[in-house]
Amino acid sequence: MIQLEAPFTEEKIRALKLGDEVEITGIIFTGRDAAHKYIHEGGELPPDMDLKDKIIYHCGPVVIKDENGDWKVVAAGPTTSIREEPYQGDIIKQLGLRAVIGKGGMGEKTLAACKEFGCVYFHAIGGAAQVLASNIKRVRGVHFMEKFGSPEAMWELEVVKFPVVVTMDSHGNSLHKEILEKSTAVFNRLVNK
Amino acid sequence: MGMLLCNLDSSLLELVRRTSTELPADVRNVIHQAIQREQQDSIAQNALNIIERNIQLAQERSLPLCQDTGSCLFYIDCPVGLDQMMFAEKAREAVKEATRRGYLRQNSVDSLTGKNSGTNIGIGMPVFHFHQHNSPEIKVRMMLKGGGSENMGQQYSLPMVSLKANRDLEGCRKVILDAVLNAQGKGCGPGILGVCIGGDRATGFEHSKEQLLRKLDDTNPIPELAELESTILKQANELGIGPMGFGGKTTLFGVKIGAMNRLPACYFVSVSYMCWAFRRQGIQLSEDGSVQNWLY
Repeated sequence: MIQLEAPFTEEKIRALKLGDEVEITGIIFTGRDAAHKYIHEGGELPPDMDLKDKIIYHCGPVVIKDENGDWKVVAAGPTTSIREEPYQGDIIKQLGLRAVIGKGGMGEKTLAACKEFGCVYFHAIGGAAQVLASNIKRVRGVHFMEKFGSPEAMWELEVVKFPVVVTMDSHGNSLHKEILEKSTAVFNRLVNK
Repeated sequence: MGMLLCNLDSSLLELVRRTSTELPADVRNVIHQAIQREQQDSIAQNALNIIERNIQLAQERSLPLCQDTGSCLFYIDCPVGLDQMMFAEKAREAVKEATRRGYLRQNSVDSLTGKNSGTNIGIGMPVFHFHQHNSPEIKVRMMLKGGGSENMGQQYSLPMVSLKANRDLEGCRKVILDAVLNAQGKGCGPGILGVCIGGDRATGFEHSKEQLLRKLDDTNPIPELAELESTILKQANELGIGPMGFGGKTTLFGVKIGAMNRLPACYFVSVSYMCWAFRRQGIQLSEDGSVQNWLY
């Protein structure tokens, strides 16, 4: 298990390879459909929100206010990443992201951006909303709450030992592509194609 | 009917809570068996370990085991004379209350305006299937099916030239495996397939979902279908897609296939994909509406 602290250096990200299991400690930002579309269309981020060398997590968390009036994340699994494929590559470049966390993997455009700009795709366990919420220790803030609503807002979260797997690295490799090719070969044999 | 109302509200609410926060024993068992089967310390095995820990945590905390609490599907077996409108209204109230308490996410969106009703109530939501039977028993089954898995469902019209799939069980085998291949890890696998051979485009999907009400360790009473189920389970796992699509020995936990009559001109095979977070539960009600026993 590799321990990584966010924000990342390019060197640390370039050292990762497919199948590496990583535990992330540090700051992550959630962002899903509305945020990606907004940033891609040139929407501005607040001045205190710098995503350089940081992470975007494809997640629409369930967040409540506890008895002290503090935000508390009660469920926070990943959402399907492929919906952000039209935007992700450009956003990696534009913001200087070092990692994206999601589920299901992404396509060629994102893979190429990971290679060119030094970024990786981390796969979290889909459906594991409780395990992942328990790795989120604190909500540091929330951006675009009014504009996008709670699930789509950009939550700034402090995570400890958040478990993920590298499924797209910064050297042009994708586990999703490999598994698709291998399983297609078996399928063709099974159906005599 | 009068007596039934006493405890019905709390029974239905408890049904929704348990469905969202606990997995039934048959599902927990196959997950546990899969952990033993995967290679020690592989990413597939570690993914399943996280899944098993997640199931425990959700149950302890009484919180949704996945944040996508999906669509609410109700299947009600009832005697002649049950007021179905009243019953559906009670179930809607239970869903609303469960949403308010955080057992369910706000998951019902107006398709034209994009507005979320905030209650999980809306046109066509939740879904009710009433079946009358010649027995005084009332059984209520509930299934929660998330959007990621629902997106992986497919309907095939046979013959299908590209797969050389004809209108026979061999053709069915090919297209069902095709659905598994196309899903890869995107439906949050290991998955469970509900399949219907025949029917029309609407009833085929409906029946495919009803197959998911069967227990995972049952045996199909129709021998040809029992054989097809075990063949597909074995071959799907040979594909090596594995948990989350990471690669591994467990791509599916189960396959349940039913058949309906069809028109001479039509031959549909409808495949519903269920994620590992296979949330289904059921209750049999006693006369006063309290829970007599749990069905899974």
